[in-house]
Amino acid sequence: MRRIRLAATAALATALGLTAACGGGSSTGSEGGNDKPDELTYWASNQGTSLEHDKEVLTPEIEKFEKKTGIDVKLEVVPWDSLLDRILAATTSGQGPDVLNIGNTWSASLQASDGLLAWDDETLDRIGGRDRFVPSALAAAGAEGQDPAAVPLYSLSYALYYNKAMFAEAGIEEPPATWDDFVEIGKRLTGDGTYGVAVEGGNPVENSHHAFVFGKQHGADFFDAEGNPTFNTPEAVAAVKQYVDFLANDRIAAVGNAEYAQNQSVKDFATGKAGMLLWQAAGSSLKAHGMKPEEYGVAPVPMQSENPPEGRNVNSMVAGINIAVFKNSDNLDGAVDFVKFMTSTEEQKILNATYGSIPPVKEAQQDEAFSTTDLTVLREVLSTTSAPLPQVPDEAQFETLVGDAMKELFADAAAGDEVTTESVRERLTEAQQQMQN
Amino acid sequence: MTATTLDTPPAGPGGKPPAGRGAARGHRRRGRGRIRRGALPYLLLLPALLLELLIHLVPMAVGVVMSFKELTQHYIRDWGAAPWAGLDNFEVAVDFDAPVGEALLRSFLITCAFTVLAVGLSWLLGVTAAILMQDPFRGRGLLRALFLTPYALPVYTAVITWSFMLQRDNGLVNHVLHDQLGLTGQPTFWLIGDNAFVSLVVVSVWRTWPFAFLVITAALQNIPREVYEASAIDGAGIWQQIRRITLPSLRPVNQVLVLVLFLWTFNDFNVPYILFGKSAPESADIISLHIYQSSFVTWNFGAGSAMSVLLLLFLLVVTAGYLLLTSRGRKAASA
Repeated sequence: MRRIRLAATAALATALGLTAACGGGSSTGSEGGNDKPDELTYWASNQGTSLEHDKEVLTPEIEKFEKKTGIDVKLEVVPWDSLLDRILAATTSGQGPDVLNIGNTWSASLQASDGLLAWDDETLDRIGGRDRFVPSALAAAGAEGQDPAAVPLYSLSYALYYNKAMFAEAGIEEPPATWDDFVEIGKRLTGDGTYGVAVEGGNPVENSHHAFVFGKQHGADFFDAEGNPTFNTPEAVAAVKQYVDFLANDRIAAVGNAEYAQNQSVKDFATGKAGMLLWQAAGSSLKAHGMKPEEYGVAPVPMQSENPPEGRNVNSMVAGINIAVFKNSDNLDGAVDFVKFMTSTEEQKILNATYGSIPPVKEAQQDEAFSTTDLTVLREVLSTTSAPLPQVPDEAQFETLVGDAMKELFADAAAGDEVTTESVRERLTEAQQQMQN
Repeated sequence: MTATTLDTPPAGPGGKPPAGRGAARGHRRRGRGRIRRGALPYLLLLPALLLELLIHLVPMAVGVVMSFKELTQHYIRDWGAAPWAGLDNFEVAVDFDAPVGEALLRSFLITCAFTVLAVGLSWLLGVTAAILMQDPFRGRGLLRALFLTPYALPVYTAVITWSFMLQRDNGLVNHVLHDQLGLTGQPTFWLIGDNAFVSLVVVSVWRTWPFAFLVITAALQNIPREVYEASAIDGAGIWQQIRRITLPSLRPVNQVLVLVLFLWTFNDFNVPYILFGKSAPESADIISLHIYQSSFVTWNFGAGSAMSVLLLLFLLVVTAGYLLLTSRGRKAASA
């Protein structure tokens, strides 16, 4: 008898517990507040050589914040390949972190989903004001004319990394400034199992970044003024073809590059299999593969000509990581304080110096830690010849669809199929047609 | 006193009949006890039922609701506010002349081909190995354990190992086929291009055939030895034994096995996702990945849900049809 009652009670309790748990999750749509002022959850992105490395770097810094404010911060480092899915799930369920890192190219897309706290002037003033940040970095934090959806945390740009010894051996004195030079040098470096350049052909996101830069140089924007996709304009086709041609027609990249998606190209460069690499802040990864800083040089990414016209003198995206506050946070004040801490001049110096990135906070940039030769190149590119990826709601789709189309083009080339203007246009048209809204 | 009423045996014919009140109470007691005893299984099932409801049925219903909504990135935060789309999502998904529908149809056909091949090969391997191991021999236990290894390994670890082995430049497969045996003129791409389909079938078969082997091995234990002995006396060879004894005896097990393998393989997400990442090569664009891509990568959860609902309907129809056919076959056989 008692046992039955016990079972019944247990069953009922389970049922109630479960419904209660679901009820707790239904805060979707409601605004956050300050109900839990003593705790914060922070999702950091993977900036170091591994998730563990990130934890080692961030934990002592976060402890400083905990000591100062008494807020208990739970840190989770989320790998890149699942970060966006996790953010989307958090936005849908309303159950997410309080503070999180986002790839700055997602800013406008996430802004449209309305899950992140908007940084109006008043909120920005709480972390020292708009003017503390480099304008181009802040421009990559949301759609134009709207309050930023995030605040820049680490800035990065693409650069051309070249192997000094291989250049010297081939009698090349200067890194290429134009793509014609680049291809010519690439051909001289190719042979005997080595190649001119290594590309990450199987990685859609990486591909799309190059599509953007080559696009800018050809005058293609991939989105029109209304934010509608224009993936298959003649300029866009020429841009994508030029990049894929490194493998397909110039043959200065190894065919095997077509399936690279796990940063094998960095390894190929570090081990001398390829003489050049287009990458952002490769320093720490190269070191991890045993390449010393004096063994490679860093130069700006080439342009179409020595003096490209205004508007086409772009050789990098404004790459970087933004830090955002989740709107549903139960500790909004604490979250803003945490962002203030992470973007403070002192923390900016420490974190960016460790990760090999450039601080988007002007004051921190002055530090001499960021005046090394390669970081000077990155800094100059960022301030003069970089452009933010289109800040439109569909940007994330551009990265996937165009990046995928390029992956397929690389695969075609690797299979021995010819890559022509026509085949590039076909792939890009297919990509555009998948955009339904 | 009540306790004694219940416990005392009914009075004999010569005895004093029990007091009316006491008897009635005893009866009620027994009745209530029966209800309680009858309710017990349901009570014990309740947690499982509730969990089933929460984990399977509610999300499924939510998915069906979502498929009728225009659930894009603009509405995911408060998806109750997403406008109703009517049948729009379904129309887009089944409009096979338009790009989205065409891509879905392609993916569907690839999945069908993949499923037929993977299930067929898994079953064939499973049945062959099980029959070969029917008679005891030295090392049989060891071999059985070995064959079951792929099934025992965690899927993520196993498939990621495959993805390393299938790499073109540094993979083990090309090292053996190209470098050591010299079978190919050029190292082959296994993870991109048309070969990706072959890789997917191979890895999938490698993963599922041990299950077929396990189930059929168990089923073979039920076939009496004497039947084989009798048939051998009648002069039946090994092929005749397989055709006329083993396979017909396996029929009921096979019916369930093939259905389960079909459902698992058709729906498989893990293997292609781990092998190829978020975007599979065209030749191996399996429907589960395709739907994932349509919802998560392009942030259109309404369209993704509509495709899922279509997939669900398809699988339901196939399963129902299959069960109907096989049960009719069984009835006919037993009649």
